[in-house]
Amino acid sequence: MSNTWSIFKRELKGYFATPVAYVFIVIFLFLNGLFTFQVSRIFERGQASLDVFFNWHPWLYLFLIPAVAMRLWAEERRSGTIELLLTLPVSVVQAIAGKFLAAWIFVGMALALTFPTVLTVMYLGQPDMGIIAVGYLGSFLMAGAYLSIGICMSALTKNQVVSFILAVVICLLFILAGFDVVLEAFNAWAPAWMMDAIASVSFLTHFQSIQRGVLDLADMVFFASLILGWLYACGLILDIKKAQ
Amino acid sequence: MSMIETNKLRKVFGPIEAVKGVSFRVEKGEVLGFLGPNGAGKSTVMRMLTCFLTPTSGTATIGGHDILNDSMAARRLTGYVPESNPVYGDMTTIGFLRFIAEMRGYHGKEIDERVDRAVEMCWLGDVRSQIIETLSKGFRRRVGLAQSLLHDPPVLILDEPTDGLDPNQKHEVRSLIRRMSADKSIVISTHILEEVEAVCSRAIIISNGRILEDKTPTDLKIRSRRHGAVNLVLAHGDGSIDPAAFRNLAGVREVEKVTAGDNRTHLTLFPKPGAAICGDAIGLAVEKGWQVVDARVESGDLNEVFRDITTREGERT
Ligand SMILES: Nc1ncnc2c1ncn2[C@@H]1O[C@H](COP(=O)(O)OP(=O)(O)OP(=O)(O)O)[C@@H](O)[C@H]1O
Ligand SMILES: [Mg+2]
Repeated sequence: MSNTWSIFKRELKGYFATPVAYVFIVIFLFLNGLFTFQVSRIFERGQASLDVFFNWHPWLYLFLIPAVAMRLWAEERRSGTIELLLTLPVSVVQAIAGKFLAAWIFVGMALALTFPTVLTVMYLGQPDMGIIAVGYLGSFLMAGAYLSIGICMSALTKNQVVSFILAVVICLLFILAGFDVVLEAFNAWAPAWMMDAIASVSFLTHFQSIQRGVLDLADMVFFASLILGWLYACGLILDIKKAQ
Repeated sequence: MSMIETNKLRKVFGPIEAVKGVSFRVEKGEVLGFLGPNGAGKSTVMRMLTCFLTPTSGTATIGGHDILNDSMAARRLTGYVPESNPVYGDMTTIGFLRFIAEMRGYHGKEIDERVDRAVEMCWLGDVRSQIIETLSKGFRRRVGLAQSLLHDPPVLILDEPTDGLDPNQKHEVRSLIRRMSADKSIVISTHILEEVEAVCSRAIIISNGRILEDKTPTDLKIRSRRHGAVNLVLAHGDGSIDPAAFRNLAGVREVEKVTAGDNRTHLTLFPKPGAAICGDAIGLAVEKGWQVVDARVESGDLNEVFRDITTREGERT
């Protein structure tokens, strides 16, 4: 446990050791503001709800989170420090947990910094704070799922760009699975159970219900098991191809 | 119980069998040198010993702990400097060493004490707060070495530890290894054969994933053609000396004239196996009235033995 904590601290500090972290946070906040205020025109709508704000998150995460995750293992591979790290008395599970949690907390910080949007809707009316809290929780969980895909892809290669692209592609598949257009394309020939199966693995399907303020156990379990599943795959990849 | 004991270690990478059943033991107080041509499998053996790679078959124990079943205990006893000396470049020397100390399970004041001691042992005082990336290669090497010594491990595995160091630093690192060797088991790999003579109490020559020799450096040198050869310098020009006279001595197998470019005669006398010929040779020179300027007995040339052993193996396969 203390090893996970040490790795967690090192990684989190690592984010802030370079300007990249600040650039990331600024871009995240800027895009959030741009989409929420300029594109979705939250002011003009005059609704005291963060619906339109959360709507953009699956798309923002699509590019930003693979960028946060790409370095986690790829950099260890490139510099060879993976050999140092994994010959210390630390298990692969502990190492993955430390890195994942550091990245997740980092994204959580960026998410927390969007609080002015909450203040805005409070100014616009009387928002349901419960719904907003659930929305934030859902968004954070979904970010974890994106991250787990990112960290797994990062373990595959020593090239950060490759890891970024792989993660974006897989995350995109997880988004698209819930899209009406995509589902209609399947509709013509796929049986109903398959349609349900495809729709049920989509980030959108699960995020939308959380976003409405419904904290359904099934959705939480979906994201949690997705995270654990991808982290498990990450462990397998590291075990199998440590030295390449 | 040996500190390190390997039992038929094998490692296969796809079509390549990099290590083909390697067994050896290292006792406390020993410094074992791993020699072998590029691609022989030295680093692969070390990576298995340090639990980075899982052997395809066979196993090893570190201080009695199996590297497969009890890997965490084995790792705690081991300090390791991997081949290319990877270190976290974005950290400072101190920050990095503190991180490793934490990972080694130390807390609070003990971290400071451990780090300070390692900094002192590896002469890192001047670069304590420097970012590792900005250090010269030699200093980075020393940071890597310091990292492996933090927990004062009974087993040290160093993959080419003096690679890229200047002659002074090489010397320092070797004396450090010698100083530590009394109560540790150390395995180092190197391509510098003088290093083996300087620090190793035993040498293993590996080629193509197999152990070809496992001897003390002195015993290895006995196999050299030059072992026991006498280099004789006589204070006379070529004309007045007959090298053939030495060939008639009982222990001499062969006499070779060396061109040196001065006005003296340089001869190398090769002995028959086991014969000591220096005394006889000087005696003969005195008898003939040839003035001896210098006489030196060679202990043998490890480079020659190494070439001999590893190329012979190459021809066989
Ligand atoms: N991860 C890997 N995947 C595939 N082959 C590998 C891998 N690691 C090592 N090898 C192969 O195993 C063999 C032994 O390599 P190793 O690095 O152990 O040699 P070495 O004795 O350390 O050589 P050097 O003196 O050059 O450091 C080589 O043929 C190498 O190509
Ligand atoms: Mg090597």
